[in-house]
Amino acid sequence: MSGLESLYQELILDHAKNRRGFGLAEPGAHSATVHQRNPICGDEITLRVDVEGDRVASVTWEGAGCSISQSSASMLVALLQEDGGAEGMAKTDVEALITQFREALRSRGKIPLDEETFADAAALSGVSKYTARVKCAMLAWVALEEGLRQA
Amino acid sequence: MSLPFDVAAVRADFPILETEIDGRPLVYLDSGATSQKPRAVLEAEREFLEQANSAVHRGAHTLAAEATELFEDARVTVAEFVGAEPEQLVWTSGATAGLNLVAGSLGYRGDLQIREGDEIVVTEAEHHANLIPWQELAARTGARLRHIPVLEDGMLDMHAAAELIGERTKVVAFPHVSNVLGIVNPVAKLVTLARGVGALTVLDACQSAPHLHLDLPASGVDLAVFSGHKVYGPYGIGALWGRDEVLEALPPFTTGGSMITTVTLDRAEYLPPPQRFEPGTQPVSQAVALAAAVRWLGEHDLDAAHAHEAALEKRLREGLRSIDGIRLLGDTDAAERVALQAFEVQGVHAHDVGQFLDSRGVAVRVGHHCAQPLHRRFGMTASVRASAAIHTTEAEIDTLLDAVSGVRDFFGVGAAA
Repeated sequence: MSGLESLYQELILDHAKNRRGFGLAEPGAHSATVHQRNPICGDEITLRVDVEGDRVASVTWEGAGCSISQSSASMLVALLQEDGGAEGMAKTDVEALITQFREALRSRGKIPLDEETFADAAALSGVSKYTARVKCAMLAWVALEEGLRQA
Repeated sequence: MSLPFDVAAVRADFPILETEIDGRPLVYLDSGATSQKPRAVLEAEREFLEQANSAVHRGAHTLAAEATELFEDARVTVAEFVGAEPEQLVWTSGATAGLNLVAGSLGYRGDLQIREGDEIVVTEAEHHANLIPWQELAARTGARLRHIPVLEDGMLDMHAAAELIGERTKVVAFPHVSNVLGIVNPVAKLVTLARGVGALTVLDACQSAPHLHLDLPASGVDLAVFSGHKVYGPYGIGALWGRDEVLEALPPFTTGGSMITTVTLDRAEYLPPPQRFEPGTQPVSQAVALAAAVRWLGEHDLDAAHAHEAALEKRLREGLRSIDGIRLLGDTDAAERVALQAFEVQGVHAHDVGQFLDSRGVAVRVGHHCAQPLHRRFGMTASVRASAAIHTTEAEIDTLLDAVSGVRDFFGVGAAA
Protein backbone atom coordinates (compact mmCIF):
# COMPACT_ATOMS: atom_id res chain seq x y z
CA MET A 1 0.00 0.00 0.00
CA SER A 2 1.51 3.36 -0.97
CA GLY A 3 1.71 6.23 1.51
CA LEU A 4 -1.19 7.91 -0.18
CA GLU A 5 -3.37 4.82 -0.12
CA SER A 6 -2.66 4.21 3.55
CA LEU A 7 -3.70 7.80 4.23
CA TYR A 8 -6.85 7.64 2.14
CA GLN A 9 -8.14 4.19 2.98
CA GLU A 10 -11.41 3.14 1.39
CA LEU A 11 -13.09 3.41 4.79
CA ILE A 12 -12.07 7.06 5.06
CA LEU A 13 -13.40 7.92 1.63
CA ASP A 14 -16.65 6.08 2.46
CA HIS A 15 -17.17 8.00 5.68
CA ALA A 16 -16.39 11.27 3.89
CA LYS A 17 -19.24 10.53 1.49
CA ASN A 18 -21.75 9.00 3.90
CA ARG A 19 -21.32 11.12 6.96
CA ARG A 20 -22.66 9.73 10.25
CA GLY A 21 -24.33 12.25 12.52
CA PHE A 22 -24.41 14.92 9.83
CA GLY A 23 -27.17 17.48 10.41
CA LEU A 24 -27.61 19.16 13.78
CA ALA A 25 -30.21 17.67 16.16
CA GLU A 26 -32.56 19.99 18.07
CA PRO A 27 -30.74 21.25 21.15
CA GLY A 28 -31.60 19.33 24.34
CA ALA A 29 -31.79 20.47 27.96
CA HIS A 30 -28.04 19.96 28.48
CA SER A 31 -26.46 20.50 25.14
CA ALA A 32 -23.61 22.63 23.89
CA THR A 33 -22.94 23.81 20.35
CA VAL A 34 -19.34 24.43 19.36
CA HIS A 35 -17.85 25.95 16.25
CA GLN A 36 -14.30 25.04 15.28
CA ARG A 37 -12.28 26.26 12.36
CA ASN A 38 -8.97 25.37 10.80
CA PRO A 39 -7.65 28.77 9.71
CA ILE A 40 -5.10 27.23 7.35
CA CYS A 41 -7.53 25.54 5.00
CA GLY A 42 -10.88 27.03 6.04
CA ASP A 43 -12.32 23.70 7.18
CA GLU A 44 -15.08 24.20 9.70
CA ILE A 45 -17.39 22.23 11.90
CA THR A 46 -20.36 23.02 14.08
CA LEU A 47 -20.84 20.23 16.56
CA ARG A 48 -23.66 19.78 19.04
CA VAL A 49 -23.31 17.46 22.00
CA ASP A 50 -26.19 16.49 24.26
CA VAL A 51 -25.32 15.26 27.73
CA GLU A 52 -27.65 13.35 30.06
CA GLY A 53 -26.16 12.99 33.53
CA ASP A 54 -22.68 11.57 33.11
CA ARG A 55 -23.51 10.17 29.67
CA VAL A 56 -23.01 11.58 26.18
CA ALA A 57 -26.45 11.08 24.72
CA SER A 58 -25.90 12.37 21.20
CA VAL A 59 -23.40 14.10 18.95
CA THR A 60 -24.41 15.69 15.67
CA TRP A 61 -22.52 18.02 13.40
CA GLU A 62 -22.41 20.08 10.25
CA GLY A 63 -19.44 21.35 8.36
CA ALA A 64 -17.36 21.41 5.26
CA GLY A 65 -13.81 20.39 4.67
CA CYS A 66 -11.38 17.85 3.33
CA SER A 67 -12.08 14.14 3.33
CA ILE A 68 -9.91 13.64 6.41
CA SER A 69 -11.84 16.15 8.52
CA GLN A 70 -15.22 14.95 7.28
CA SER A 71 -14.54 11.25 7.73
CA SER A 72 -12.97 11.82 11.13
CA ALA A 73 -16.16 13.54 12.36
CA SER A 74 -18.28 10.75 10.91
CA MET A 75 -16.10 8.04 12.48
CA LEU A 76 -16.25 9.78 15.84
CA VAL A 77 -20.06 9.72 15.79
CA ALA A 78 -20.07 6.09 14.64
CA LEU A 79 -17.74 5.15 17.49
CA LEU A 80 -19.89 6.91 20.11
CA GLN A 81 -23.10 5.39 18.76
CA GLU A 82 -21.78 1.87 18.48
CA ASP A 83 -19.85 1.71 21.74
CA GLY A 84 -22.26 3.84 23.73
CA GLY A 85 -25.42 1.97 22.81
CA ALA A 86 -28.81 3.38 23.72
CA GLU A 87 -27.72 5.10 26.94
CA GLY A 88 -24.60 6.68 25.48
CA MET A 89 -20.95 6.48 26.44
CA ALA A 90 -19.76 7.79 29.80
CA LYS A 91 -18.45 11.34 29.57
CA THR A 92 -15.16 10.41 31.23
CA ASP A 93 -14.64 7.58 28.73
CA VAL A 94 -15.22 9.97 25.83
CA GLU A 95 -12.71 12.42 27.28
CA ALA A 96 -10.18 9.63 27.67
CA LEU A 97 -10.76 8.56 24.06
CA ILE A 98 -10.14 12.07 22.80
CA THR A 99 -6.90 12.30 24.78
CA GLN A 100 -5.73 8.96 23.42
CA PHE A 101 -6.71 9.89 19.88
CA ARG A 102 -4.75 13.14 20.11
CA GLU A 103 -1.71 11.37 21.48
CA ALA A 104 -1.73 8.83 18.65
CA LEU A 105 -2.20 11.46 15.94
CA ARG A 106 0.64 13.56 17.29
CA SER A 107 2.99 10.59 17.52
CA ARG A 108 4.23 10.85 13.92
CA GLY A 109 3.26 7.26 13.24
CA LYS A 110 4.69 5.79 16.45
CA ILE A 111 1.40 5.06 18.24
CA PRO A 112 -1.23 3.34 16.09
CA LEU A 113 -4.94 3.63 16.83
CA ASP A 114 -6.23 0.18 17.70
CA GLU A 115 -9.40 -1.03 16.07
CA GLU A 116 -10.73 -2.49 19.30
CA THR A 117 -10.93 0.95 20.90
CA PHE A 118 -11.41 3.23 17.92
CA ALA A 119 -13.42 1.09 15.48
CA ASP A 120 -13.49 2.73 12.01
CA ALA A 121 -11.55 5.71 13.33
CA ALA A 122 -8.51 3.44 13.62
CA ALA A 123 -8.19 3.92 9.87
CA LEU A 124 -6.99 7.45 10.66
CA SER A 125 -3.69 6.10 12.03
CA GLY A 126 -2.03 6.94 8.71
CA VAL A 127 -2.75 10.63 9.25
CA SER A 128 -0.23 10.87 12.07
CA LYS A 129 2.64 10.60 9.57
CA TYR A 130 1.36 13.71 7.77
CA THR A 131 1.82 16.43 10.35
CA ALA A 132 0.07 19.01 8.16
CA ARG A 133 -3.10 16.89 8.24
CA VAL A 134 -3.30 16.13 11.95
CA LYS A 135 -5.39 19.25 12.52
CA CYS A 136 -7.88 18.06 9.89
CA ALA A 137 -8.41 14.77 11.73
CA MET A 138 -8.56 16.49 15.13
CA LEU A 139 -11.16 19.10 14.20
CA ALA A 140 -14.33 17.22 15.29
CA TRP A 141 -12.63 15.69 18.34
CA VAL A 142 -11.47 19.08 19.56
CA ALA A 143 -14.99 20.43 19.00
CA LEU A 144 -16.43 17.58 21.09
CA GLU A 145 -13.84 18.16 23.82
CA GLU A 146 -14.86 21.81 23.98
CA GLY A 147 -18.55 20.88 23.88
CA LEU A 148 -18.16 18.55 26.85
CA ARG A 149 -16.53 21.34 28.82
CA GLN A 150 -19.51 23.59 28.10
CA ALA A 151 -22.42 21.14 28.35
CA MET B 1 22.55 39.76 -25.95
CA SER B 2 20.02 37.34 -27.34
CA LEU B 3 21.09 33.85 -26.41
CA PRO B 4 18.29 31.31 -26.60
CA PHE B 5 16.67 30.82 -23.22
CA ASP B 6 18.14 27.71 -21.64
CA VAL B 7 15.92 26.45 -18.85
CA ALA B 8 18.33 23.61 -18.03
CA ALA B 9 21.08 26.12 -17.35
CA VAL B 10 18.72 28.17 -15.19
CA ARG B 11 17.75 25.08 -13.20
CA ALA B 12 21.38 24.23 -12.55
CA ASP B 13 21.57 27.40 -10.44
CA PHE B 14 18.97 26.11 -7.95
CA PRO B 15 20.32 23.41 -5.62
CA ILE B 16 16.85 22.65 -4.22
CA LEU B 17 15.53 21.58 -7.62
CA GLU B 18 17.57 18.39 -7.28
CA THR B 19 15.38 17.34 -4.35
CA GLU B 20 13.35 14.16 -4.55
CA ILE B 21 10.01 13.75 -2.83
CA ASP B 22 9.54 10.11 -1.91
CA GLY B 23 11.66 8.99 -4.85
CA ARG B 24 10.12 11.35 -7.37
CA PRO B 25 11.73 14.53 -8.65
CA LEU B 26 10.37 17.65 -6.99
CA VAL B 27 8.06 19.64 -9.27
CA TYR B 28 8.00 22.98 -7.51
CA LEU B 29 4.90 24.89 -8.57
CA ASP B 30 4.57 27.07 -5.49
CA SER B 31 6.75 30.01 -6.48
CA GLY B 32 3.81 32.36 -5.94
CA ALA B 33 4.12 31.59 -2.22
CA THR B 34 7.88 31.81 -2.14
CA SER B 35 10.47 31.46 -4.85
CA GLN B 36 13.46 29.18 -4.66
CA LYS B 37 16.85 30.84 -4.34
CA PRO B 38 19.65 30.49 -6.87
CA ARG B 39 23.15 29.70 -5.62
CA ALA B 40 24.29 33.27 -6.34
CA VAL B 41 21.88 34.57 -3.70
CA LEU B 42 22.96 32.07 -1.06
CA GLU B 43 26.60 32.83 -1.80
CA ALA B 44 26.11 36.59 -1.70
CA GLU B 45 24.58 36.42 1.76
CA ARG B 46 27.26 34.07 3.01
CA GLU B 47 30.05 36.12 1.47
CA PHE B 48 28.75 39.28 3.09
CA LEU B 49 28.55 37.61 6.48
CA GLU B 50 31.98 36.04 6.14
CA GLN B 51 33.82 39.02 4.77
CA ALA B 52 32.03 42.31 5.38
CA ASN B 53 29.52 41.91 8.18
CA SER B 54 29.28 44.99 10.33
CA ALA B 55 26.77 47.59 11.44
CA VAL B 56 25.87 50.02 8.68
CA HIS B 57 25.59 53.82 8.84
CA ARG B 58 27.67 54.04 12.01
CA GLY B 59 31.17 53.33 13.13
CA ALA B 60 34.41 54.42 11.52
CA HIS B 61 36.15 51.12 11.06
CA THR B 62 36.95 49.53 7.73
CA LEU B 63 34.29 46.84 7.88
CA ALA B 64 31.61 49.36 8.83
CA ALA B 65 32.44 51.39 5.75
CA GLU B 66 32.50 48.32 3.55
CA ALA B 67 29.20 47.00 4.87
CA THR B 68 27.57 50.42 4.43
CA GLU B 69 28.80 50.58 0.87
CA LEU B 70 27.47 47.12 0.02
CA PHE B 71 24.15 47.94 1.69
CA GLU B 72 23.73 51.17 -0.25
CA ASP B 73 24.95 49.55 -3.48
CA ALA B 74 22.21 46.97 -2.96
CA ARG B 75 19.69 49.78 -2.74
CA VAL B 76 20.92 51.18 -6.07
CA THR B 77 20.68 47.74 -7.70
CA VAL B 78 17.20 46.99 -6.42
CA ALA B 79 15.98 50.51 -7.25
CA GLU B 80 17.26 50.07 -10.82
CA PHE B 81 15.39 46.76 -10.99
CA VAL B 82 12.12 48.73 -10.69
CA GLY B 83 13.32 51.69 -12.73
CA ALA B 84 13.74 53.96 -9.72
CA GLU B 85 16.24 56.14 -7.90
CA PRO B 86 17.81 54.76 -4.71
CA GLU B 87 16.42 57.64 -2.59
CA GLN B 88 12.95 56.38 -3.49
CA LEU B 89 13.52 52.86 -2.22
CA VAL B 90 12.81 52.04 1.42
CA TRP B 91 13.90 48.68 2.79
CA THR B 92 11.18 46.81 4.59
CA SER B 93 10.97 43.28 5.94
CA GLY B 94 8.59 42.47 3.09
CA ALA B 95 5.50 43.68 1.28
CA THR B 96 3.30 43.25 4.35
CA ALA B 97 5.53 45.58 6.35
CA GLY B 98 5.60 48.05 3.45
CA LEU B 99 1.81 48.18 3.24
CA ASN B 100 1.48 48.55 7.00
CA LEU B 101 4.00 51.37 6.86
CA VAL B 102 1.98 53.22 4.21
CA ALA B 103 -1.43 52.63 5.77
CA GLY B 104 -0.08 53.38 9.24
CA SER B 105 1.66 56.56 8.20
CA LEU B 106 -1.44 57.82 6.40
CA GLY B 107 -3.23 57.65 9.74
CA TYR B 108 -0.77 60.09 11.31
CA ARG B 109 -0.92 63.86 11.22
CA GLY B 110 0.39 65.21 7.94
CA ASP B 111 -0.56 66.53 4.53
CA LEU B 112 -1.80 63.13 3.40
CA GLN B 113 -3.62 62.21 6.61
CA ILE B 114 -6.77 60.13 6.14
CA ARG B 115 -9.74 61.59 7.97
CA GLU B 116 -13.31 60.77 8.79
CA GLY B 117 -15.45 60.78 5.66
CA ASP B 118 -12.52 60.01 3.35
CA GLU B 119 -12.72 56.89 1.23
CA ILE B 120 -10.16 54.17 0.62
CA VAL B 121 -10.72 51.95 -2.39
CA VAL B 122 -9.27 48.46 -2.71
CA THR B 123 -10.27 45.48 -4.87
CA GLU B 124 -12.12 42.28 -4.10
CA ALA B 125 -8.99 40.44 -5.21
CA GLU B 126 -6.66 41.67 -2.47
CA HIS B 127 -4.19 39.55 -0.61
CA HIS B 128 -5.01 40.07 3.07
CA ALA B 129 -1.81 42.12 3.36
CA ASN B 130 -3.28 44.81 1.11
CA LEU B 131 -6.68 44.67 2.79
CA ILE B 132 -6.37 44.44 6.55
CA PRO B 133 -4.03 47.45 6.99
CA TRP B 134 -6.65 49.53 5.15
CA GLN B 135 -9.47 48.08 7.26
CA GLU B 136 -7.53 49.11 10.35
CA LEU B 137 -6.82 52.56 8.97
CA ALA B 138 -10.48 53.04 8.12
CA ALA B 139 -11.54 51.86 11.56
CA ARG B 140 -9.09 54.18 13.31
CA THR B 141 -9.90 57.27 11.30
CA GLY B 142 -13.57 56.88 10.47
CA ALA B 143 -12.80 56.65 6.77
CA ARG B 144 -14.88 54.37 4.58
CA LEU B 145 -13.35 51.31 2.93
CA ARG B 146 -14.83 50.38 -0.44
CA HIS B 147 -13.92 47.76 -2.98
CA ILE B 148 -13.90 47.31 -6.72
CA PRO B 149 -15.73 44.03 -7.48
CA VAL B 150 -14.20 41.19 -9.45
CA LEU B 151 -16.21 39.91 -12.40
CA GLU B 152 -16.93 36.24 -13.06
CA ASP B 153 -13.95 35.96 -15.42
CA GLY B 154 -11.59 37.41 -12.81
CA MET B 155 -11.28 40.88 -14.33
CA LEU B 156 -11.86 43.96 -12.22
CA ASP B 157 -15.21 45.64 -12.80
CA MET B 158 -13.84 48.85 -14.25
CA HIS B 159 -17.29 50.38 -14.67
CA ALA B 160 -17.79 50.00 -10.96
CA ALA B 161 -14.28 51.38 -10.39
CA ALA B 162 -15.17 54.52 -12.31
CA GLU B 163 -18.27 54.94 -10.15
CA LEU B 164 -16.52 54.19 -6.87
CA ILE B 165 -13.50 56.40 -7.29
CA GLY B 166 -14.80 59.87 -6.55
CA GLU B 167 -14.02 63.11 -4.83
CA ARG B 168 -13.95 61.50 -1.36
CA THR B 169 -11.41 58.88 -2.49
CA LYS B 170 -8.00 59.46 -0.97
CA VAL B 171 -6.32 56.12 -1.65
CA VAL B 172 -6.71 53.48 -4.35
CA ALA B 173 -4.77 50.31 -3.46
CA PHE B 174 -4.66 47.31 -5.77
CA PRO B 175 -2.56 44.32 -6.79
CA HIS B 176 -0.53 44.54 -9.98
CA VAL B 177 -1.22 40.82 -10.41
CA SER B 178 -3.70 38.99 -8.19
CA ASN B 179 -2.02 36.15 -6.29
CA VAL B 180 -5.02 33.93 -7.05
CA LEU B 181 -6.12 34.97 -10.53
CA GLY B 182 -2.76 35.60 -12.20
CA ILE B 183 -4.34 38.44 -14.17
CA VAL B 184 -2.38 41.64 -14.73
CA ASN B 185 -4.65 44.46 -13.61
CA PRO B 186 -5.12 47.63 -15.69
CA VAL B 187 -2.68 49.84 -13.77
CA ALA B 188 -2.80 52.79 -16.16
CA LYS B 189 -6.60 52.96 -16.10
CA LEU B 190 -6.77 52.80 -12.32
CA VAL B 191 -4.06 55.45 -12.04
CA THR B 192 -6.02 57.72 -14.40
CA LEU B 193 -9.17 57.31 -12.30
CA ALA B 194 -7.28 57.96 -9.06
CA ARG B 195 -5.36 60.93 -10.39
CA GLY B 196 -8.57 62.42 -11.71
CA VAL B 197 -9.74 62.84 -8.11
CA GLY B 198 -6.33 63.48 -6.55
CA ALA B 199 -6.14 60.11 -4.79
CA LEU B 200 -2.91 58.28 -4.00
CA THR B 201 -2.31 54.93 -5.71
CA VAL B 202 -0.66 52.03 -3.88
CA LEU B 203 0.47 49.03 -5.91
CA ASP B 204 1.07 45.56 -4.52
CA ALA B 205 3.72 44.31 -6.95
CA CYS B 206 4.52 41.02 -5.16
CA GLN B 207 3.29 38.77 -7.94
CA SER B 208 4.44 40.92 -10.84
CA ALA B 209 8.03 41.63 -9.73
CA PRO B 210 9.22 38.05 -10.39
CA HIS B 211 7.62 37.89 -13.85
CA LEU B 212 7.19 41.29 -15.48
CA HIS B 213 9.48 44.15 -16.36
CA LEU B 214 8.73 46.84 -13.78
CA ASP B 215 9.13 50.54 -14.30
CA LEU B 216 7.40 51.91 -11.25
CA PRO B 217 7.94 55.64 -11.95
CA ALA B 218 6.53 55.20 -15.45
CA SER B 219 3.57 53.16 -14.21
CA GLY B 220 2.04 56.27 -12.73
CA VAL B 221 1.43 54.81 -9.26
CA ASP B 222 2.54 56.75 -6.21
CA LEU B 223 3.70 53.93 -3.98
CA ALA B 224 4.49 50.27 -4.55
CA VAL B 225 5.69 47.30 -2.52
CA PHE B 226 7.22 43.93 -3.22
CA SER B 227 8.87 41.10 -1.28
CA GLY B 228 12.40 39.81 -1.82
CA HIS B 229 11.60 36.18 -1.16
CA LYS B 230 9.25 36.04 -4.15
CA VAL B 231 11.89 37.37 -6.57
CA TYR B 232 14.48 34.68 -5.89
CA GLY B 233 15.84 36.64 -2.93
CA PRO B 234 16.00 35.89 0.77
CA TYR B 235 13.33 36.15 3.45
CA GLY B 236 13.02 39.17 5.67
CA ILE B 237 13.65 41.80 3.01
CA GLY B 238 11.42 43.74 0.70
CA ALA B 239 11.02 47.25 -0.54
CA LEU B 240 8.63 50.14 -0.59
CA TRP B 241 9.04 52.46 -3.53
CA GLY B 242 7.48 55.91 -3.53
CA ARG B 243 7.55 59.11 -5.51
CA ASP B 244 9.86 61.72 -3.93
CA GLU B 245 7.06 64.11 -3.00
CA VAL B 246 4.89 61.33 -1.57
CA LEU B 247 7.62 59.81 0.61
CA GLU B 248 8.54 63.35 1.66
CA ALA B 249 4.96 63.97 2.80
CA LEU B 250 4.62 60.73 4.78
CA PRO B 251 5.40 60.98 8.49
CA PRO B 252 7.56 58.21 9.94
CA PHE B 253 5.59 55.12 10.94
CA THR B 254 8.02 53.28 13.19
CA THR B 255 10.66 55.28 14.99
CA GLY B 256 13.98 54.68 16.70
CA GLY B 257 17.67 54.83 15.97
CA SER B 258 19.26 55.54 12.58
CA MET B 259 16.37 57.59 11.24
CA ILE B 260 17.09 60.89 13.00
CA THR B 261 19.24 63.98 12.76
CA THR B 262 18.91 65.54 16.22
CA VAL B 263 17.30 64.06 19.30
CA THR B 264 16.59 65.83 22.57
CA LEU B 265 14.76 64.41 25.53
CA ASP B 266 11.59 66.07 24.26
CA ARG B 267 11.64 65.61 20.52
CA ALA B 268 13.44 64.36 17.43
CA GLU B 269 14.11 65.56 13.93
CA TYR B 270 14.10 63.04 11.18
CA LEU B 271 16.30 62.16 8.24
CA PRO B 272 14.82 62.50 4.78
CA PRO B 273 13.46 59.37 3.03
CA PRO B 274 14.40 56.58 2.69
CA GLN B 275 16.22 56.51 6.08
CA ARG B 276 13.28 58.20 7.76
CA PHE B 277 11.39 54.93 7.34
CA GLU B 278 14.24 52.63 8.34
CA PRO B 279 14.61 52.75 12.13
CA GLY B 280 16.69 50.21 13.96
CA THR B 281 19.08 47.61 12.66
CA GLN B 282 18.41 46.81 9.04
CA PRO B 283 18.38 43.40 7.31
CA VAL B 284 21.74 44.12 5.72
CA SER B 285 22.87 40.70 4.51
CA GLN B 286 19.36 40.13 3.14
CA ALA B 287 19.48 43.43 1.22
CA VAL B 288 22.84 42.46 -0.26
CA ALA B 289 21.45 39.04 -1.21
CA LEU B 290 18.31 40.57 -2.73
CA ALA B 291 20.56 42.71 -4.93
CA ALA B 292 22.33 39.50 -5.93
CA ALA B 293 18.95 38.00 -6.83
CA VAL B 294 17.93 40.81 -9.16
CA ARG B 295 21.42 40.86 -10.68
CA TRP B 296 21.15 37.10 -11.24
CA LEU B 297 17.77 37.62 -12.88
CA GLY B 298 19.18 40.44 -15.02
CA GLU B 299 21.88 38.15 -16.40
CA HIS B 300 19.21 36.32 -18.37
CA ASP B 301 17.58 37.34 -21.58
CA LEU B 302 14.42 38.54 -19.86
CA ASP B 303 12.39 38.85 -23.04
CA ALA B 304 13.11 35.19 -23.75
CA ALA B 305 12.38 34.29 -20.12
CA HIS B 306 9.09 36.15 -20.37
CA ALA B 307 8.20 34.25 -23.55
CA HIS B 308 9.11 30.99 -21.79
CA GLU B 309 6.82 31.81 -18.87
CA ALA B 310 4.03 32.89 -21.22
CA ALA B 311 4.25 29.49 -22.94
CA LEU B 312 4.07 27.80 -19.52
CA GLU B 313 1.00 29.88 -18.64
CA LYS B 314 -0.76 28.82 -21.82
CA ARG B 315 0.12 25.16 -21.38
CA LEU B 316 -1.01 25.23 -17.75
CA ARG B 317 -4.33 26.94 -18.33
CA GLU B 318 -5.27 25.10 -21.50
CA GLY B 319 -4.20 21.80 -19.95
CA LEU B 320 -6.33 22.34 -16.87
CA ARG B 321 -9.26 23.45 -18.99
CA SER B 322 -9.18 20.17 -20.90
CA ILE B 323 -9.51 18.04 -17.72
CA ASP B 324 -13.04 17.09 -16.64
CA GLY B 325 -14.38 18.56 -13.43
CA ILE B 326 -11.90 21.41 -13.15
CA ARG B 327 -13.05 24.94 -12.48
CA LEU B 328 -10.49 27.68 -13.10
CA LEU B 329 -10.48 30.93 -11.18
CA GLY B 330 -10.00 33.87 -13.47
CA ASP B 331 -10.12 32.07 -16.80
CA THR B 332 -9.86 34.83 -19.35
CA ASP B 333 -7.81 35.59 -22.43
CA ALA B 334 -8.73 39.25 -22.26
CA ALA B 335 -5.77 40.26 -20.12
CA GLU B 336 -2.07 39.71 -19.82
CA ARG B 337 -1.29 37.02 -17.26
CA VAL B 338 1.52 35.44 -15.35
CA ALA B 339 2.04 31.68 -15.09
CA LEU B 340 -0.08 31.22 -12.00
CA GLN B 341 -3.43 29.48 -11.96
CA ALA B 342 -5.84 28.66 -9.17
CA PHE B 343 -8.44 25.97 -9.69
CA GLU B 344 -10.92 23.71 -8.01
CA VAL B 345 -11.27 20.00 -8.63
CA GLN B 346 -15.01 19.62 -8.29
CA GLY B 347 -16.01 17.18 -5.57
CA VAL B 348 -12.54 17.01 -4.02
CA HIS B 349 -11.35 19.37 -1.30
CA ALA B 350 -8.26 21.42 -2.17
CA HIS B 351 -6.33 19.93 0.73
CA ASP B 352 -6.94 16.43 -0.58
CA VAL B 353 -5.89 17.50 -4.07
CA GLY B 354 -2.67 18.94 -2.65
CA GLN B 355 -1.95 15.71 -0.81
CA PHE B 356 -2.52 13.66 -3.95
CA LEU B 357 -0.26 15.93 -6.02
CA ASP B 358 2.41 15.76 -3.33
CA SER B 359 2.49 11.99 -3.72
CA ARG B 360 3.57 12.65 -7.32
CA GLY B 361 6.26 15.08 -6.21
CA VAL B 362 4.21 18.11 -7.23
CA ALA B 363 4.24 21.02 -4.75
CA VAL B 364 1.30 23.41 -5.06
CA ARG B 365 -0.44 25.77 -2.69
CA VAL B 366 -3.82 24.80 -1.27
CA GLY B 367 -6.18 26.89 0.80
CA HIS B 368 -7.41 30.45 0.47
CA HIS B 369 -3.96 31.88 -0.39
CA CYS B 370 -4.58 34.80 2.01
CA ALA B 371 -7.50 35.90 -0.18
CA GLN B 372 -10.64 34.82 1.65
CA PRO B 373 -12.94 37.51 0.22
CA LEU B 374 -11.99 36.55 -3.33
CA HIS B 375 -12.68 32.87 -2.67
CA ARG B 376 -15.98 33.76 -1.07
CA ARG B 377 -16.85 35.77 -4.17
CA PHE B 378 -16.40 32.59 -6.23
CA GLY B 379 -18.43 30.57 -3.71
CA MET B 380 -15.58 28.53 -2.32
CA THR B 381 -13.40 28.42 0.77
CA ALA B 382 -10.26 26.95 -0.74
CA SER B 383 -8.60 26.30 -4.07
CA VAL B 384 -5.46 24.74 -5.50
CA ARG B 385 -2.87 27.09 -6.98
CA ALA B 386 -0.03 26.17 -9.31
CA SER B 387 2.52 28.91 -9.89
CA ALA B 388 5.55 28.66 -12.13
CA ALA B 389 8.90 30.41 -12.16
CA ILE B 390 11.73 31.07 -14.59
CA HIS B 391 13.06 27.56 -13.88
CA THR B 392 9.80 25.71 -14.55
CA THR B 393 9.77 23.35 -17.54
CA GLU B 394 6.96 22.33 -19.84
CA ALA B 395 7.52 18.74 -18.69
CA GLU B 396 6.81 19.85 -15.12
CA ILE B 397 3.53 21.42 -16.20
CA ASP B 398 2.69 18.13 -17.91
CA THR B 399 3.48 16.20 -14.71
CA LEU B 400 1.06 18.45 -12.85
CA LEU B 401 -1.64 18.04 -15.51
CA ASP B 402 -1.22 14.29 -15.55
CA ALA B 403 -1.50 14.15 -11.76
CA VAL B 404 -4.56 16.44 -11.70
CA SER B 405 -6.24 14.15 -14.26
CA GLY B 406 -6.04 11.31 -11.74
CA VAL B 407 -7.48 13.14 -8.73
CA ARG B 408 -11.21 12.61 -9.20
CA ASP B 409 -10.73 8.96 -10.01
CA PHE B 410 -8.64 8.38 -6.89
CA PHE B 411 -11.21 10.03 -4.65
CA GLY B 412 -14.06 8.22 -6.39
CA VAL B 413 -15.95 11.26 -7.64
CA GLY B 414 -17.14 12.23 -11.06
CA ALA B 415 -16.79 8.84 -12.75
CA ALA B 416 -20.50 8.02 -12.55
CA ALA B 417 -21.69 11.56 -13.24
